[in-house]
Amino acid sequence: MATLEIHDLHVSVEAENGPREILKGVDLTVKQGETHAIMGPNGSGKSTLAYSLAGHPKYTITGGTVTLDGEDVLEMSVDERARAGVFLAMQYPVEVPGVSVSNFLRTSATAIRGEAPKLRTWVKEVKEAMERLQMDPAFAERNVNEGFSGGEKKRHEILQLELLKPKIAILDETDSGLDVDALRIVSEGVNRVRETGQVGTLLITHYTRILRYIKPDHVHVFANGKIAESGGPELADKLEAEGYEAYVKGGTSA
Amino acid sequence: MAEAQNNPATIPLGSTTAGSVAVAAESTVATRMSAPPSYDVADFPVPHGREEEWRFTPLARLKGLHDGSAAAGGPDLKVDISAPEGVTHELVDRTDPRVGKAGKPVDRIAAQAYSAFEKASVVSVPKETVLAEPIRIRVHGEGGTAFGHQVIELGAFAEAVVVIDHTGSGVLAANVDYLLGDGAKLTVVSVQDWDDDAVHCGQHNALIGRDASFKSVVVTFGGDLVRLHPRIDYAGPGGEAELYGLYFTEAGQHQEHRLFVDHDTPNCRSHVTYKGALQGQDAHAVWIGDVLIQAAATGTDTYELNRNLVLTDGARVDSVPNLEIETGEIVGAGHASATGRFDDEQLFYLMARGIPADEARRLVVRGFFAELVQQIGLPDVEERLMSKVEAELEAAAA
Repeated sequence: MATLEIHDLHVSVEAENGPREILKGVDLTVKQGETHAIMGPNGSGKSTLAYSLAGHPKYTITGGTVTLDGEDVLEMSVDERARAGVFLAMQYPVEVPGVSVSNFLRTSATAIRGEAPKLRTWVKEVKEAMERLQMDPAFAERNVNEGFSGGEKKRHEILQLELLKPKIAILDETDSGLDVDALRIVSEGVNRVRETGQVGTLLITHYTRILRYIKPDHVHVFANGKIAESGGPELADKLEAEGYEAYVKGGTSA
Repeated sequence: MAEAQNNPATIPLGSTTAGSVAVAAESTVATRMSAPPSYDVADFPVPHGREEEWRFTPLARLKGLHDGSAAAGGPDLKVDISAPEGVTHELVDRTDPRVGKAGKPVDRIAAQAYSAFEKASVVSVPKETVLAEPIRIRVHGEGGTAFGHQVIELGAFAEAVVVIDHTGSGVLAANVDYLLGDGAKLTVVSVQDWDDDAVHCGQHNALIGRDASFKSVVVTFGGDLVRLHPRIDYAGPGGEAELYGLYFTEAGQHQEHRLFVDHDTPNCRSHVTYKGALQGQDAHAVWIGDVLIQAAATGTDTYELNRNLVLTDGARVDSVPNLEIETGEIVGAGHASATGRFDDEQLFYLMARGIPADEARRLVVRGFFAELVQQIGLPDVEERLMSKVEAELEAAAA
């Protein structure tokens, strides 16, 4: 069973006046089949955690370890991490002019699966996945994320999640900017992947709204660059009622 | 992508993340040249490099084409022409009225070529002849220096596709004239696939007859220095020019395309799309797009676009669109120039989907060129160009 283990992770970014530490010792273990919600106020380091795990060059790991089934993730290049089974659904997916969605998906699936998917089954696979996410088939011929609405970008991210079948899925504020209908469609997509029991999910969010659709097994409050509190789904209810105030104050006085 | 776009007459400042885009604040196409057009090389001073039309070109790499020191010699340049039945091919003197009819040389090298060639080659498609197969012209250099002149003439209502391939090595200054009779349709694909040490300069003049249409696809992949002047002139109203260009400039290469569309006749159309990718230290691409709409050219419809994709550090782009309008009674006039960088965020996004960096870069370049190639509308040509792009990408990765 695939396990992502994060131990005492410290991460810095280059700021105007030298490196600034964003993650200050994160410990977290995500197993296949589990869903962990990471909640926290803006600026607490949630997205830094997501991008650091995917290997974005902007972030420097200054301490700690990340392993996937014992393999050192931090030693891997960005594409190696993806091929090892780490998937990051981005909050702000990037436009890639001139590259069609269909071409992109096929190239990506070929890289992840280690061989080109058979054309006939692939076309059907993509078509069905798009239908489930209520995406217009014309989408496949558009350039990656170019001119996509916020909702379209997120559906496209979840489409990739469904097709690439990672071991660990990191969803970085996938709910942000979605109306209720889009949120439901996207959440259903995530749930389909979760129901296979093959993916460990790290659901990063600012709001509790998405947790009505995607039920986490574990909820972690992120504040000041580390996990401030962990619990079950009831912790989300507490945050819904009380907000992050207690943690933010704790963060500033620490 | 940094983008400068305007419609029609105000001229914006371009900017770029790498390389540079300069947009002229004002221009007068005629007065920017250091000498008026002429067939005689003696009418042009030897350039020193600061002239408007020479300022981007590394003169030292021209192998003497610009200063008269280059002399024809060395292994012969091989020119092989194969044409379907009905097409005539002859070698003529420069006194032949068709030679030079499409336009006078505009710079010293074009005039040098005109003054130095021995025989001009004339390929003619008789009027109302519609060719089913392309005319193929293969130009292959083996290290020598050569001057040439090629005329391609279509009679009224004739239709033809011409594919010109340049391969091998050498120094070549050669002009090409395209003469389109009324209602004729000519598509020309000119591929500059030279070895890395070749030098190739030339002026390509098209004189477009009444209601005729000219489509050109200029593809520059190779050479140490390639400098071409595609130029359009209209002999009657209703003419149409579609000019496509594609270049892949690699480390140390200088590839320069200087276009000029002279709208001096009413109700003509021109549409220019040139796209280039650059990769490697001192890769230098220059694109000049001059469009002049003269007072008589009412009903003109023109648009020109240049896009550049900079793949690595150390490459430089100079992209200068100029639009000069002397009448307001036109259908449309606009231009756009943009130089973008294949940026780290795009690379990260593709890599985060398992795609290795090299493959990601190829994917983006292929897509960038495919957008242009799909507009050409000739499946054979499109297929050939994409496989050429593919081969170029493979070679660049190796």
